[in-house]
Amino acid sequence: MYVSPLREPLIRGSKDYSQVTKDILAPMAGKPSKYWYMGITLSGAAALFGAWATFMTVYYGIGTWGLNKTVGWAWDITNFVWWVGIGHAGTFISAILLLFRQKWRTSINRSAEAMTLIAIACAGFFPLIHMGRLLLGFFILPYPNTRALWVNFNSPLLWDVFAITTYLLVSLVFWYIGLIPDLGTVRDKASNKIRKAIYGFLSFGWTGSAKHWSRHETVSLILAGLAAPLVLSVHTIVSFDFATSVIPGWHTTIFPPYFVSGAVFSGFAMVLTLLIVTRKALNLEEYITVGHIENMNKVIIITGSIVGIAYITEFFMAWYSGVEYEQYAFINRATGPYAWAYWIMMTCNVITPQLFWFKKIRTNLVATFIISIFVNIGMWFERFVIVVTSLHRDYLPSSWVMYKPTIVEIGLYVGTLGLFFTLFLLFIRVFPVIAIAEVKSVLKSSGDNKKDSHHE
Amino acid sequence: MENKYFKSLEELRVDPSRELEEQSAGDKSFILKLQRESAALPPTSRRDFLKAFGFTIASAAVASSCEQPVRKAIPFLIQPESIIPGKASYYASTFYDGIEYSSVLVKVRDGRPIKIEGNSLSSVTKGGTNARTQASVLNLYDNARYKTPLKDGSETSWEQVDAEVVGKLKEINNRNGKIVLLSSSVISPSTTAAIEEFAQVFPVVQHVEYDVISASGILEANHASFGQAFVPSYRFDKADLIVSFDADFLGSWLSPVEYTKQYVKNRKLVDGQKKMSRHIQFEGTMSLTGTNADYRVQMRPSHQKLVLANLLNELKALNGELKASMPEVSQDVKSLAAELMKHKSASLVVCGSNNKKTQLLVNEINNLLGNYSVTIETDVILKSRQGIDSRMTQLVSEMNEGKVDALIVLDVNPLYDYPEVTKFAEGLKKVGLTVSMPVVTDETSAAVTYICPDHHYLEAWNDAEIKTGFYSLAQPAIRPIFNTRAAQESLLRWAGNTTDFRAYISNYWEKNIYPKTDGLFGFTAFWNKCLHDGIFESGEKDLVPIAYTNAASIEAFESAKGSSAGDVIDLVLYSNVSVGSGKHANNPWLQELPDPVTKACWDNYIMISPRLADELNVVDEQLVSINGSVTLPVIVQPGQEYKTVAVALGYGRQQTGVPANGVGKNLYPMLSLIEGTKSFDVYDVQLAVEAGTYPLAKTQSHHSMEGRELIRDTSLEAYLEDPQSGNETRLEVKKHLKSLYPEATFDGLHWGMAIDLNACTGCNACVVACSSENNVPVVGKEQVIASREMHWIRIDRYYKGDPNDPEVVRQPVMCQHCDNAPCENVCPVAATTHSNEGLNQMAYNRCIGTRYCANNCPYKVRRFNFLDYTGADSFTGNTYDPTDMTTDLRRLVLNPDVTTRAKGVIEKCSFCVQRIQEKKLVAKTEDRQLRDGEVVPACAQACPAEAIVFGNLNDKNSKVSQYFASERNYHLLEEIHTLPSVGYLTKVKNKTV
Repeated sequence: MYVSPLREPLIRGSKDYSQVTKDILAPMAGKPSKYWYMGITLSGAAALFGAWATFMTVYYGIGTWGLNKTVGWAWDITNFVWWVGIGHAGTFISAILLLFRQKWRTSINRSAEAMTLIAIACAGFFPLIHMGRLLLGFFILPYPNTRALWVNFNSPLLWDVFAITTYLLVSLVFWYIGLIPDLGTVRDKASNKIRKAIYGFLSFGWTGSAKHWSRHETVSLILAGLAAPLVLSVHTIVSFDFATSVIPGWHTTIFPPYFVSGAVFSGFAMVLTLLIVTRKALNLEEYITVGHIENMNKVIIITGSIVGIAYITEFFMAWYSGVEYEQYAFINRATGPYAWAYWIMMTCNVITPQLFWFKKIRTNLVATFIISIFVNIGMWFERFVIVVTSLHRDYLPSSWVMYKPTIVEIGLYVGTLGLFFTLFLLFIRVFPVIAIAEVKSVLKSSGDNKKDSHHE
Repeated sequence: MENKYFKSLEELRVDPSRELEEQSAGDKSFILKLQRESAALPPTSRRDFLKAFGFTIASAAVASSCEQPVRKAIPFLIQPESIIPGKASYYASTFYDGIEYSSVLVKVRDGRPIKIEGNSLSSVTKGGTNARTQASVLNLYDNARYKTPLKDGSETSWEQVDAEVVGKLKEINNRNGKIVLLSSSVISPSTTAAIEEFAQVFPVVQHVEYDVISASGILEANHASFGQAFVPSYRFDKADLIVSFDADFLGSWLSPVEYTKQYVKNRKLVDGQKKMSRHIQFEGTMSLTGTNADYRVQMRPSHQKLVLANLLNELKALNGELKASMPEVSQDVKSLAAELMKHKSASLVVCGSNNKKTQLLVNEINNLLGNYSVTIETDVILKSRQGIDSRMTQLVSEMNEGKVDALIVLDVNPLYDYPEVTKFAEGLKKVGLTVSMPVVTDETSAAVTYICPDHHYLEAWNDAEIKTGFYSLAQPAIRPIFNTRAAQESLLRWAGNTTDFRAYISNYWEKNIYPKTDGLFGFTAFWNKCLHDGIFESGEKDLVPIAYTNAASIEAFESAKGSSAGDVIDLVLYSNVSVGSGKHANNPWLQELPDPVTKACWDNYIMISPRLADELNVVDEQLVSINGSVTLPVIVQPGQEYKTVAVALGYGRQQTGVPANGVGKNLYPMLSLIEGTKSFDVYDVQLAVEAGTYPLAKTQSHHSMEGRELIRDTSLEAYLEDPQSGNETRLEVKKHLKSLYPEATFDGLHWGMAIDLNACTGCNACVVACSSENNVPVVGKEQVIASREMHWIRIDRYYKGDPNDPEVVRQPVMCQHCDNAPCENVCPVAATTHSNEGLNQMAYNRCIGTRYCANNCPYKVRRFNFLDYTGADSFTGNTYDPTDMTTDLRRLVLNPDVTTRAKGVIEKCSFCVQRIQEKKLVAKTEDRQLRDGEVVPACAQACPAEAIVFGNLNDKNSKVSQYFASERNYHLLEEIHTLPSVGYLTKVKNKTV
């Protein structure tokens, strides 16, 4: 006899509303732990390394990197695309899952969105620093000027500028709107005057009245509607940087869907990497449950498989097109001097995520953590493979060269990682890592009376 | 009319005085109107003030954040006559450095020479130049030039030097000592006269001509065959079959510019020409000439004499003589002999050996073939390379014996390039009076007492007679930059003649050369014409009757019969197209010039065959020592004969300047005298693999075309049958060239360039010319290793076929100025755009350096300023200039018509847009259309092979349009629809397939 199962509760533990508030605000209260200090020291040091690398790049020039006459982009654009990709999870979770009424997203959307913002900031750093003349970077903006100079709207790089800034602004607004009720809570719970004043200011005078709630919900929904297509458009436009060019290995119509799924893939992996640590460190295991992790792993299987199919399709198209340059570009990827990067990419992106078909693995935290790191690495190499192996051997063999990064390039990458973790660590001290108000709305989803029976 | 408030009726009425004023102002009345209008404007409001204030603050903030360095420009107080700011003047002159000759035009801007161009009036070089000639303008601004006369290394005055030197010379003369004047071959008649005058005053003077890369072998062989030591005039244009044994006549042998002109003339299949010469090259090392040959046969240098003897033997047999028995050689000389016999009196056999006996064999071969007076002219002789090696040997032993009391060194550098350098140094110590007259700091002048610095040739008066009857003049294009004095003037002064050298030359020409004209004009008119043209060609012949005797050749043949083909490793010491003999090594342009064969620069290295490399188990950059004395990195060179290794001379300078000091190793000490002449081949060397590697800078590291049809070639046979042969793909590609977008059209001019791959020899003159014209930065070895060389034009070189014996093809590649350019639409700031004349143009000051264009360029011709190579960056202290190109002195070479690029900016070939604009302006002021061939980019101008043609594609009669219409024409990567404005004509080899 089939007995229909009870709906799994989204939040574990017998929580009441005040307990939720207490639990989530706990990390913000009191002195940070010594682990927090260790973390911020480490990431701060990495960020300083990045600052040094930035100085070297701006003062001495791009010559401090390993680029050359043939390979004009390498780690810079690899990192850019990687970070933009990571910046896809947050908005995907909060906007698209909101529209699809996936309530489990409430536990993770706040931190995922914060991660998105920081990742976009890290991503935006690279197009700036990769300019040979950073100080004249404002030329890229279509501002009125007496010399009647205008930007080139045919250039995908310009589309990037708009795509990225739009995405950053919309994500920021969306994230902040979501924060307002929680900021009100923080203000109300604040014991110290200055804290109260600051959060009072930040919460825009939130009172929790029905009218406020109604407006808040409406704005959130509208912004979700706005942000959802952006999730798809940003990486589509980033992929145009490559897809509209003539370089074999770049000039591919498959790039937009391939890039977007890759972005969601890497974004979820990064969210997992962060949250598995965060839930443990901040004692939020009952809010971010194994069920959440499993759901995200399912997204990873899907997007990872799309990416895998895309890789194979590229090979097929290279053969099918009959273009010798294209064919060489792909043979070179798999067997050329950078084949190691290609096979790292294939292993990390295509093979490891398939392990999530096993329930045991996708519900295992350690395994998920390790695989999420693999995906992060794999996705970095995917971009490296696209950017560098396509460029280093293109049309004229006389110009074929090899590329090797320098300490300055490594510094810039490590620097953005440092910046990312520094800002994330600051974020968990300053804002509630889980959307309190939203979590409260899903607290009773599985029925109060049954909650004890599921309390393992 | 608007409502107007008025105070009185007068105010309403128009003021007649105003109208009067305007009428009287005439054309300028608009100024008055403007003044009145601005006076009528309402006064500045608070808002306007705030707007202006805000704008000013904002722009001041922006402007101050990117401060440009202040450079001083000092205007002329009194405008010199004939100098028009912004307009270049050209002076005809002559480049001769003791080794090579070119008749040139010197481009002078604002009083400084900035560019060398070939002089097309000369029938010797016919407007051609080579890399060193092009680069010679930079030597004028060499940081290592001597700035004043020196005594024992400290500054002194000319008066002081003159007094002391003359005193000592007189003293030596009086006691009947010995004064030696050491120079390279002197081709200047006036200088010869000056030296004679000097020798008359000091009868003990002996003049020794010392040639670094000498032709003693030819001189001595001809002395034996003809009774006179001379180098004949070779006519590659008259030969249908050219057989060269180790003679790199397109690169370094005797007179390469002249020979390239002749060679190519006979091989260009344009303008209806259907005939081309066949060129067979026998050589051990891969030379520039060998890579251009139709057939290249590998031959170890130590086998050369035997191969020639065998060939002579076969020829004799064909002539009905009895065939002598001698050791066989692996090369097929029998069919070569038959082929040569077929081209009797229309063939040319040349040999690069400096051995008398070998050259005697060659003489006999040419004699048997009846080539004398046809392809080898004996009545017009080459006047350079007159140095006899044994005279120098004798001088050195005399110096060591203490027999020489004074040595005057005229711009030669034996302490660097004399093989037995220690012996020379020892001998020099025993010479009482040592005087040197160099232009640039060198090893020899560092060891002498008196340094009397000579002018650079661009500062000096001079003349030359490179071949019998081919005279040319050199005139200063700038006042001497430093306190230098012409060497001839120093000699004359010491001989008591105080005429300046200009007057001396002019007197000499009046007395000796003017009479050779028909005398229709007065001397002044003649002189002015010669000065204007740079040349005077009298048409005279050497009148010495020359009769050929073959006795010496027979003797040489008999002795060669006994030699055997040994199985040893031979070393070839060659001079390359960049630094050559090493005299101009301190020239950053030349140091950074990639070798046309190896594509390496900034060093010399051991070229080794793939087979020998396998045996020694070495790869590129592995250190290997030769005879235990010199350790160098190797380059595995396809096409190198199995046991022949080669190293370039001219490197390893120690006492000149930055950048030459310490670059590479000096191989001159490995040269030895064989049978009295310098041998540039060293037989039986021992190679030993040493520990470690040494990085080499190469501009190309991939050598296969990967089956892509980048350079299309065919054979003459196939070409004659079907002109499209080798280029069949083009028809297929053209069918598929379709676009959704309308085709780009150009109303007036549409610039295009055609390159005849059959003519291009790969000599690299265009690369230096381009650097010179366009201020292309020199980046140094480290940056070349990082693949960041900045050259706007490069010559791609690919190998084809068997790596042990490949064919070589070359292709000059510069910006293709695509009419559907992938670079243009990706620039976010529109810094690179298409002009309405079809040029792909760069706005440097708009570029923000995203490098997207460089990535998207399928030809990879865009270059990025990775570092502040030029000192033009707005930050101070970050200039990267390992070659001292940004010193105030060296900067004088910059072309003011071309912006120097700052750090972070992309640059590339502009089709010399400054030259286009200049000629357009000229046409405009003369109110006419531009003529075809009027605009010549720097690369085309420099090309000794005339391989590059530039012009207007809209003009169907222009040369470039005709080239484009040729069946041989194709565009690089045409299938990706970039619509390049550069076309290539297929390479045709005269080969039987």
